[in-house]
Amino acid sequence: MGSRASTLLREEEIEEIKKETGFSHSQITRLYSRFTSLDKGENGTLSREDFQRIPELAINPLGDRIINAFFPEGEDQVNFRGFMRTLAHFRPIEDNEKNKDPTASEPLNSRNNKLRFAFRLYDLDRDDKISRDELLQVLRMMVGVNISDEQLGSIADRTIQEADQNGDNSISFNEFIKVLEKVDVEQKMSIRFLH
Amino acid sequence: MYPSMSCWTRRGLLLALALGLALLVPMALSLGAAEKTRRSVGNGHGTGVTLRPDDSHGDGHGVNKTKKIFPVLTFDFAHVKIPFEISLWVLLASLMKLGFHLIPRLSSIVPESCLLIVVGLLVGGLMKLVGAAPPELQSDVFFLYLLPPIILDAGYFLPIRPFSENLGTILMFAVVGTLWNSFFIGGLLYAVCQIEGTDLKSIGLLPCFLFGSVISAVDPVAVLAVFEEIHINELLHILVFGESLLNDAVTVVLYHLFEEYSGLGMVTFLDVFLGVICFLVVSLGGVLVGAFYGLLAAFTSRFASHTRVIEPLFVFVYSYMSYLSAEVFHLSGIMALIACGAVMRPYVEANISHKSHTTTKYFLKMWSSVSETLIFIFLGVSTVAGLHSWNWTFVTVTIILCLVARVLGVMGLTFVINKFRIVKLTNKDQFIIAYGGLRGAIAFSLGYLLHPEEFPMRNMFLTTIITVVFFTVFVQGMTIRPLVDLLAVKKKQETKRSINEEIHTQFLDHLLTGIEDICGHYGHHHWKDKLNRFNKKYVKKCLIAGERSKEPQLIAFYHKMEMKQAIELVESGGGVKLPSAVPSTVSMQNIQPKKSNSERALPQISKSREEEIRKILRSNLQKTRQRLRSYNRHTLVGEPDEDGWNDLLLKRQKIMDMDKQISRMSNYLTVPAPPPESPTLSRSRLASDPQHYVPKPTLGNVPIIKVDLASPQSPEYVSVVDEFQKEAVPLKEEDEDAGGLTMKVPLGDPKKEEQEQQDGGKEQQRLMRCLSDPGPGGAEEEDEPFLP
Repeated sequence: MGSRASTLLREEEIEEIKKETGFSHSQITRLYSRFTSLDKGENGTLSREDFQRIPELAINPLGDRIINAFFPEGEDQVNFRGFMRTLAHFRPIEDNEKNKDPTASEPLNSRNNKLRFAFRLYDLDRDDKISRDELLQVLRMMVGVNISDEQLGSIADRTIQEADQNGDNSISFNEFIKVLEKVDVEQKMSIRFLH
Repeated sequence: MYPSMSCWTRRGLLLALALGLALLVPMALSLGAAEKTRRSVGNGHGTGVTLRPDDSHGDGHGVNKTKKIFPVLTFDFAHVKIPFEISLWVLLASLMKLGFHLIPRLSSIVPESCLLIVVGLLVGGLMKLVGAAPPELQSDVFFLYLLPPIILDAGYFLPIRPFSENLGTILMFAVVGTLWNSFFIGGLLYAVCQIEGTDLKSIGLLPCFLFGSVISAVDPVAVLAVFEEIHINELLHILVFGESLLNDAVTVVLYHLFEEYSGLGMVTFLDVFLGVICFLVVSLGGVLVGAFYGLLAAFTSRFASHTRVIEPLFVFVYSYMSYLSAEVFHLSGIMALIACGAVMRPYVEANISHKSHTTTKYFLKMWSSVSETLIFIFLGVSTVAGLHSWNWTFVTVTIILCLVARVLGVMGLTFVINKFRIVKLTNKDQFIIAYGGLRGAIAFSLGYLLHPEEFPMRNMFLTTIITVVFFTVFVQGMTIRPLVDLLAVKKKQETKRSINEEIHTQFLDHLLTGIEDICGHYGHHHWKDKLNRFNKKYVKKCLIAGERSKEPQLIAFYHKMEMKQAIELVESGGGVKLPSAVPSTVSMQNIQPKKSNSERALPQISKSREEEIRKILRSNLQKTRQRLRSYNRHTLVGEPDEDGWNDLLLKRQKIMDMDKQISRMSNYLTVPAPPPESPTLSRSRLASDPQHYVPKPTLGNVPIIKVDLASPQSPEYVSVVDEFQKEAVPLKEEDEDAGGLTMKVPLGDPKKEEQEQQDGGKEQQRLMRCLSDPGPGGAEEEDEPFLP
């Protein structure tokens, strides 16, 4: 396993991933071994079934959506690069990064990109708006089966009413950002990947 | 605060001060008088109302009774002395608190704690002048009676989320920080004491360490008192406050360790090792004891639905018992209290009624406020009362060392902690944490506990402790507010949590848990998720009564929000209430699984039967204009409104404005608002002329819920008697009687309904009147356990 890992993951690749995502060398190798342990087919890519084999994901209400988030549009396999790209969103924001090259594109773990990732999980049809139905679906997943539709509907309506500013009865990305401005997204959406 | 009332504030202030002084003088006098009367009575039984004749003239007993004039008025103070004094002190404390807030400018510059200490100094000085001995702050009284309410208040309302997220940081500051402080201060003080010329040579190393451990603990009372007024952001508040709570275990262990061995003068490694074990036992034991009592309290509250009046008592008594039980074993009582409050809160709140929740909240706040005030006043009085031994070197060195130790400790620890934190602590944060390390009454009481024989320098210690406490409270307490403004530290956000934030926070929690699982990383979210699952599956079922155990957190939050909004509407509009409550009660029905139809039917039948009985009685009774009110000490019945006509018109106008607001909110109502009909209005009308008022007949089978708007606790009286929701008939037309909203549920079959309507609503009105004061049985039934 060890030799396999080192042959499949070359130094140049590690460097590229480091530049793109900002993970450190040790973090990348560690996550690579996790990747390979999930990859039962041993073909260097993960399919949806590989993810679904993780037991805790099965009981997570948002499990399916999270899995989908790893796979780019229409594809069924994700390679290590894509895996890391998605995980990069959850890297903690470091202070020294803020002073780096301002002309470079925003790092994947910026506040904006984190929020956009979360937004995309709500907004399945990618129309840049969270409609009432999409919100209802998410609520239904989180709340379970015992609550009636009407009650959930009134909660959804109330939610949209609070957030909606331009009156289109749905939540756009900017409204989403505004609603969460008091929430400490940097802390809430970060995982401490041990060095 | 009251810019136009400066003359009133001045008058109010003078009045309060006058009252306060007026209390002081008789108090001082009474203390003096009590001393004198006690001395004058020879046999020590106290003067009493003696009905026996005064036979001290040497006659024998009972044979020749000389008749005395019957004493119409006697003065017997001795047997009420103690409660009287206590009440006087409490009254003084409360009046002082009142007085301070009447002077807006003063309370914004000087924190309350400082003012209270000054008052204590004044009172102590006054008492000394009069000749009475001012009481010192006894450690027993402090630890057993004054401290628990404050800690319980803090623990019960502890914000669990930020606390658990920052637990690692808090523990580091509490444990390592306090240890560092104690040893640094103790060691350096010993070094200074050894210097020639300070005549402090007699103080050994261990007493120095003991002193260091006593003085280094950050005090929760002082921190609360000062931080409450500066409204700093949640993170800093919870860091400093959490540290002050959790360092109790360290203080207890260090104190006992050094006190035990300072006589012997040496501590071996074994003792140190045992000390570490002791620390673990003390802290974990305290937490376990607290959690145990907390679970007991939660379990008890599950069955309390029939005796709602004593529900708050369980909260208080179980918590106090946990504190006392921990103190029996010398475990950390503070940690026990915190654990008890934090563990019991979610379950108890789901079980007890809204009124009980309010009661608990207000009692806790009241007791903790009074306690805090008393503590500070007594600190001032004790300063005057105590024997002092001032030593310039010792005091100044202590103060300097305290500051230096705190700053170094915080900086060093933050450096280490920031390696593990996602959101790092900035320099500003560090400064506030260091500056907010206030000492207070706990240090004083611990010093007071020292035996004078073993510690000949006890008086010097006490003087130094008091000086340090004064310094931190006055200097640091007063300057921290302008410093916070100067450094532009983030303040607490005053806005309430919106439903959006709640939903999205939960969403993010699930998301992060999933990502952690994918990475195979068992972090914070993973364990929290596991705990939540365990809680939902097993614990909630045991501890929460009835169907509420299955209610998801989101729904509970939504209900809470709606309740708050409904109450706000009432308070601002004065008569309108229901729209938000309707979907919740309707959907509350929906939460319950279908099989509970039978459960629903039962109260329904009994109520309709109740109506029948009432109708029969009413038809045979005389028409009365008075309200039928049954007095029962155990029922909480609200005061009826005493509106006159003038208020009516005003209210009607307000209500019409409210209606517009309601119709705006109605678009997310699941049940449309039926015609408004205010029992308040109708009751007032009926008071003058029952005949002329015919209320609008209710249309169709719209579920109507009776609301008793007269009683201030009206949220309770929302009782869904029946739920016939055939067609949602939108009833938007408004009457000239457009009053508030009443909804009355049609009872049983439509026949009865028609009969009701035919009666022209006289019955209805009387029904509402009668039902508004239902008497003991009714009130209890209608009291549903609402999530506050």
